[in-house]
Amino acid sequence: MEKRKTLGLALGLAVLLAMPWLMETFGSSSALSLASRILVYSIAAASLNLVLGYGGMISLGHAAFFGMGGYAVGILYAHNGGDPFLGLIPGSNHLLVTLPAAMLLGGAVAALIGALSLRTSGVQFIMITLAFAQMLFFFFVSLKAYGGEDGIIIRRPNEFFGLNLRDRTTVWYVVLGFWLAFMLVLWRVIGSSFGAVLKGMKQNERRMAAMGLAPYRYKLYAFILSGMGAGLAGALMANLMRFTSPDMLHWTKSATLMTMVILGGVGTFFGPLLGAAAYLILETWLGGLTEYWQFWLGLILLAVVLGTKGGLVALVAGLWARLTGGARP
Amino acid sequence: MILILEQLLNGLQYGVMLFLMAAGLTLIFGIMGVINLAHGSLFMVGAYAGTLAAAQAGNFWIGIPVAIVAAGVAGLVVEAVVIRRLYARDHLDQVLATFALLLIANQGVTYFIGRQPVPANIPAALASPIELLPGLIYPPYRLVIIAAGLLVALGLYWLINRTRIGMLVRAGATNREMVRALGVDIRLLYTVVFGLGALLAGLAGYLSGPISAVQVGMGEQVLLATFVVVVVGGVGSIRGAFWAGILLGVVDTMLRAFLPGLLRQVMPASEADALGIGIASMGIYLLMALVLLIRPKGLFVAGR
Amino acid sequence: MSDRVLDVRGLVKRFGGLTATDHVTLDLQRGEIHALIGPNGAGKSTLINQLCGELAPDEGEVRIMGRDVTGLGVPERVGLGLGRTFQITSLLTEMTVAENIALAVQARRGGNFRLFDRLRGRKEVWAEVGSLLQGSGLATRAGIRVSGLSHGEKKQLELLVALAGKPAFLLLDEPMAGLGHSESQEMVQVLKRIAQEVPMLLVEHDMEAVFALASRISVLVYGRIIATGSVEEIRNHPEVREAYLGQEDELC
Repeated sequence: MEKRKTLGLALGLAVLLAMPWLMETFGSSSALSLASRILVYSIAAASLNLVLGYGGMISLGHAAFFGMGGYAVGILYAHNGGDPFLGLIPGSNHLLVTLPAAMLLGGAVAALIGALSLRTSGVQFIMITLAFAQMLFFFFVSLKAYGGEDGIIIRRPNEFFGLNLRDRTTVWYVVLGFWLAFMLVLWRVIGSSFGAVLKGMKQNERRMAAMGLAPYRYKLYAFILSGMGAGLAGALMANLMRFTSPDMLHWTKSATLMTMVILGGVGTFFGPLLGAAAYLILETWLGGLTEYWQFWLGLILLAVVLGTKGGLVALVAGLWARLTGGARP
Repeated sequence: MILILEQLLNGLQYGVMLFLMAAGLTLIFGIMGVINLAHGSLFMVGAYAGTLAAAQAGNFWIGIPVAIVAAGVAGLVVEAVVIRRLYARDHLDQVLATFALLLIANQGVTYFIGRQPVPANIPAALASPIELLPGLIYPPYRLVIIAAGLLVALGLYWLINRTRIGMLVRAGATNREMVRALGVDIRLLYTVVFGLGALLAGLAGYLSGPISAVQVGMGEQVLLATFVVVVVGGVGSIRGAFWAGILLGVVDTMLRAFLPGLLRQVMPASEADALGIGIASMGIYLLMALVLLIRPKGLFVAGR
Repeated sequence: MSDRVLDVRGLVKRFGGLTATDHVTLDLQRGEIHALIGPNGAGKSTLINQLCGELAPDEGEVRIMGRDVTGLGVPERVGLGLGRTFQITSLLTEMTVAENIALAVQARRGGNFRLFDRLRGRKEVWAEVGSLLQGSGLATRAGIRVSGLSHGEKKQLELLVALAGKPAFLLLDEPMAGLGHSESQEMVQVLKRIAQEVPMLLVEHDMEAVFALASRISVLVYGRIIATGSVEEIRNHPEVREAYLGQEDELC
């Protein structure tokens, strides 16, 4: 079992490393950009999965943290070489500055939204996270200083050790590097002492309280971590698209992230990656076929939710089991 | 002063509209424990069906029953085909499934009717403004909406407090298990409540058509504000939905109307307008934050 | 320091017109098993919920180890020495027996915010889990998920999880509920052994078990304690017999 796992991981890593070559040989060159986007979205989806899948908090407001990450890059870029932001914070276009700033901002906003919304649970929690995220959306739409509805165009991608972040292949490897680092950290967090507490909170808050652990504090901690991850994803996305706009904050973005998590499999480690890949490939493919691709996406989503339990991971596992004559892989 | 009165009426009109949406939504949350992102789609269905029928018939009033029936039927179908399977599921599945419904509804309308807003006309009899008070000239159509909303509120009050269905609804909002234990046909009750919520949403959609615009996506705008109303009012409480709807409607309208002007006195006009509108559009959310700090369960807790 | 680990004075809880807890005063002292009995609907659950902090009383106070905890929530009270089991078992159903106990051990030991350690690598935690499991009825079931346990095993696990918190005293909410006769007897033996170190307030319907275990019994009827005394005193108390009239079988 352990051996097969290691083999699978090594194979997966090899595919990721060879992706530029694979895409050039078998796909189109734009497919590599799609692959980069999949990795970035999977960071955001995996961050959401930390609170949603492992912690049981159904947040419909993660676009807020994703968007804040994007705006951190955009606003720092806008001030680069000019007046400092709010007269205090100098602008920057160094990736090693903008990414931590984005994570910090994502975490801070998550702390605020989480502190309020975690006072409730269930349906209220969903609605409140949604509402606060949408509040930020409206705020940035009206923020004319940073482009309002149009957002901020980032003409020059961030600096990163002198690499050319316009080159698709370079971008792929940079994104892959951050993705690997993120997944490694996430892996450690899930297996940590805190990870165990978080999983416990999802299963039975009453029991956790009876063990002496106050749910609110631990859930808020997870929410902040999740916000930081989403912020990181937003910052990478802003660099990838060289653009940041209120669109990143829109509530349908939250729903998209949630869709990715569900498609891939809630509370599974690689689920968000599979989900992001499935969603974005579907979007690209359907979008090429018809203008009304969201209609078909809706139907597929409905079928997945009503028809399967556990998303694509479970679906694939189930098919595999049927093909191999009932034995689970 | 006149200006304030006028905006107060506008706020009341918006608030009443929010109430029409929130009443159904809060019952669906409270009784069935289902979160329904597609409630805004029922609002849109009502608006489109009513507006198109009214244009065809050349009569505004024809639109009302058409909107109600269309949204109601759409609601019943949606309940029977999708929502019913979600009662026992967790909220996550409910969010995703109803989000899928919303995508399907939006794209369906775009496909069959198009992206262009459909013109919605005010009936001729209500078109010309009337003088309510000396100096206060006000469009009567908005008064009709206010009256309709208040009438519905009264009707719901009667339904909830004086009828057997209402008794079950009240019991269901406080204690779902108890109603189940009473041996009531819970499935029928759910269908009735969902249908009721749907037709109220349809009515709201049609009535607000001439004021906002009948277009794809109109439902989401209202839906988000409605969520805030439900949270502030307290999930499952019709009374909460009413007062919170009016409160938020008035606050939102007042902020949008007067905040930029107030800010202009302390900063340049263009900045004041942008900032004022920005803060105004955040107003109801900030109010929600405040309510959450003081009363996490909302102003009115169901069943009290 | 006083011998009272738990001290309850004048506790009142009203729901609308109903007084569910009516000026309840009781205590739990070191070295004893204090049983709380009462017919169905006497308000035992309401009382337990106020003692552990899930429900706020309208009047009165609760002290743990002499400290007023009336305004504190569950986790704070647990931190001061309270350990409890649930009447309807309340466990982490997707985790194994060992993981349930480990989490309780970890919760007590601290480091709950640690992000980059490995729980599997915390030897001191697992050593403690091993010693708790050893000699219990679940020794061979450590790797089984809770959802795969029998009812009796879940009841045992409830107790082990509570003990993993090294509580100063235990609140046991019907530990025998739903157990078969032989399982009950086993549980009685287990509780007897534990009681040598940890005092317990035992809420229980099984009179045979109560009479076998309790050093003191309080009787709760309609939210009010009508009698407190030794097993013999309670057996012969006229008011208690009255309250249980028609439920003679429960008094055995």
